[in-house]
Amino acid sequence: MSRHVVAPVSEIPPGGRKVVEAAGKRIVVFNLDGEFFALLDRCPHQGSQLSGGILCGLTQSDEPGHYRFSRAGEFVRCPWHQWEFDIRTGKSWFDPRRTKVRHFPAGVAEGSELVEGPYTAETIPVRVEEAYVVVEA
Amino acid sequence: MNLVRPIASYGKPAAATLGLVDVDIHPRVRDLSEFRPFVSDADWHRLTTYGIHARHGFAKGYPFPKAAPLACRRDAWPPGGGPPASDLPFLQEQLLDRYGLDVGVLNPLQPSGQGDVNDGLSVALTSAVNDWQIEHWLRHEPRLRGSIVVPYEDGPAAAAEIRKRAGDPRFCQVFLLSRTCEPLGRQRYWPIYEAAAEVGLPVGIHAFGYSGHAMTSTGWPSFYVEEVQEHATSAQAQVASMVVEGIFDRFPGLNVVMIECGFGWMPSLAWRLDGAWKRLRDEVPHLTRAPSEIMREHVFVSTQPIEEPERPEHLLDAMEWIGWDRILFASDYPHWDFDDPRMAIPSFIPEEKRAAIYGGNANRIYRFR
Amino acid sequence: MTASAIDCDLHPGVPSVATLLPYMDEYWRHTLVERGIEVLESASYPPNAPTSVRADWRGPKGRAPSTVGELQTQALDRWGAAFGVLNPLFPVQLPFSRDMSAAMARAVNDWIRAEWLDRDDRLRASILLPNGLEDALAEIERLAPDRRFVQAMVLCMGETPIGRREWWPLHAALEKHGLPLAIHAGSAWRHPPTSVGWPSWHVEEYTSNIYGFQATLASLVTEGVFAKYPGLKVVLVESGVSWLPAFLWRLTKSWKGVRFEIPWIDRPPAEIVRDHVRLTVRPFDGPEDAEQMKRLLDHLRSDELLLWATDWPHAHFDGDDTIPPGLPEGLLTKIMVDNPRATYARLAEGVSA
Repeated sequence: MSRHVVAPVSEIPPGGRKVVEAAGKRIVVFNLDGEFFALLDRCPHQGSQLSGGILCGLTQSDEPGHYRFSRAGEFVRCPWHQWEFDIRTGKSWFDPRRTKVRHFPAGVAEGSELVEGPYTAETIPVRVEEAYVVVEA
Repeated sequence: MNLVRPIASYGKPAAATLGLVDVDIHPRVRDLSEFRPFVSDADWHRLTTYGIHARHGFAKGYPFPKAAPLACRRDAWPPGGGPPASDLPFLQEQLLDRYGLDVGVLNPLQPSGQGDVNDGLSVALTSAVNDWQIEHWLRHEPRLRGSIVVPYEDGPAAAAEIRKRAGDPRFCQVFLLSRTCEPLGRQRYWPIYEAAAEVGLPVGIHAFGYSGHAMTSTGWPSFYVEEVQEHATSAQAQVASMVVEGIFDRFPGLNVVMIECGFGWMPSLAWRLDGAWKRLRDEVPHLTRAPSEIMREHVFVSTQPIEEPERPEHLLDAMEWIGWDRILFASDYPHWDFDDPRMAIPSFIPEEKRAAIYGGNANRIYRFR
Repeated sequence: MTASAIDCDLHPGVPSVATLLPYMDEYWRHTLVERGIEVLESASYPPNAPTSVRADWRGPKGRAPSTVGELQTQALDRWGAAFGVLNPLFPVQLPFSRDMSAAMARAVNDWIRAEWLDRDDRLRASILLPNGLEDALAEIERLAPDRRFVQAMVLCMGETPIGRREWWPLHAALEKHGLPLAIHAGSAWRHPPTSVGWPSWHVEEYTSNIYGFQATLASLVTEGVFAKYPGLKVVLVESGVSWLPAFLWRLTKSWKGVRFEIPWIDRPPAEIVRDHVRLTVRPFDGPEDAEQMKRLLDHLRSDELLLWATDWPHAHFDGDDTIPPGLPEGLLTKIMVDNPRATYARLAEGVSA
């Protein structure tokens, strides 16, 4: 595993997403309220690109007829069969133990740190004044 | 900037050695005006003023609202606009080219006029849909085949439409929906089978339609998920009817393909019907052989939505019991429960059987090769 | 082993409305006679159809067996059983008048007690439920204290799907009393026997019961009846069984993708059904081949689902071939004894009236 600089923070506003490549993998990066999360852009079911799905919240229920909504925007729903994945963990909601999409640690680093290395900067020119999303893959 | 390499064409599944045929693609009009050249002024007026009216109360939409817009994959909306599967170039890119399809069968759903309460509109619009398939799709893309959409509640009119289109080799089947006003084996539908058998075309029966009865024999359910479940159930009733009414003996050479109805129910229905026939033979002397035999010879199923048993290997049993030569691959593009050809047919199925599913069976039934 | 078997589906025949008159109040005793309402027969079981009564079990003029003596001779003593559960099919669900339905149901239940339960200690019964919810609840309250009633019964084809919330007081009452809900083949004939209308042949109608069971089970599961009433058990009686695995494959698969429509379903539908639902084994719409049957039983993924039943006097087998072909020997004790005892807690109590 190594750390990859994948995008300037400014390119992924809160609620947004961006598909990037790191270590040869196609990865979708999400920004949830300023925190970054990275998932393999491939649904474990039939391989669709999760980046094509909508963001949704979590609907739970204590009893039939009651709908408890929370965590708006923190789940990605596969664009095909609509499996719900927790962006924070990559786990599916219906079977968190065994059905999940691989997630990669993601964070933000200042340009000033990055110019010192060791980071795989791909082809991103790093500016000292900017902040960047870094994914470990 | 981070460079994301474009996804290379996925290509045909390696096991599709007999070709890759997709027996269930749903083309859609961008808007109703695409039908205008093919309908009379009067029918156009009716269509745009009073609308399509299936046997339910939703002037727009459906009794059980879908779980995603237009029940489609989120990524199937063409970048140039229009609903999923309304744009040929995007369909070519996302489906035909991506998976290396050799043949794709078009099954137009609403708006099509099938099952409309107004017989005249149903006749006019279904014919228009067939013209539209030719002009918008078949003429431009040799890998596609069309389905003869018919006003099935009017047997003679449906038969006329079949005979009218039969000369065009680009139409590969007659197309019905699965929820009809009466069980499909009943006499009112016999002209359809007569015509189909006469012209040598299979009859594809696709999930949906509105029968005018409650959606189940115990009344109307509450949820979309129940409707999804119910498609398998009404398919069973239809197969039972076609078998027990004896249409396969009455119209030799007739084959039906149950499309998008699931298939796991086939063996249990066969066992049930055989058991009933054994005890009640006196009622149905016209049925000279076991229902399971009739099913084995004349009833075919499409794969989508592929069954996903908890123990995946149980799928082998189901397919074995149905018959490896009666199962046809379908994607159901562009719907949300789309089956990816590379992923949906498990690799633990022996390769030669996968080849039959991917293309061998369809080539035989539809005479593509 | 058969001596300790529990036969979970036996059908005492009600000869005619006249049989029930002594068990009705003055008004009904008079009005049914005055109006000439002498019979109530369901098209679900045409009286003369070969399947409705096996030929060698028919009495004079082909009538269905209607006495405890016939049950004993033809089934209970002949094959041996520790207990037999009576599921009356006198079609009290047919009348559109709730009052008539209730009067009929009460009379049948009382007749069952007097003519059957009181005459053979091995016998138990379903509370036959009338159409109206309030009447059904009243009948449950009336009869639950009689511990020989081991469940309450409705048909697989009713007016509205039985999982819907308007039926929840019924499920609440049954859970409270520890009584399973029996769903039996047959129709109240509020709808055609299929979602696509009226078939031509009884062969098709006979088959159509499986559609009713599928719709009913889908309703019970997706409406969250078992989530709301976790103590409730459901028994599918005369369902055919073999449609269940593929049904669960489909429902479980769908649930994964549209879970947010029914968020109270927080585990796979297949698991819910294995926990709460049981099925009697006659008819068993299965393969004759023992190897295929073994595979099919694997698909059920539980040894605890199946309950022994002969479905006397319906015709499914010849002679004394009570065991569905291919059912493995090793499973029989579970099916005949353990599973029924686990399902019907009241069996452990011995007889009390």
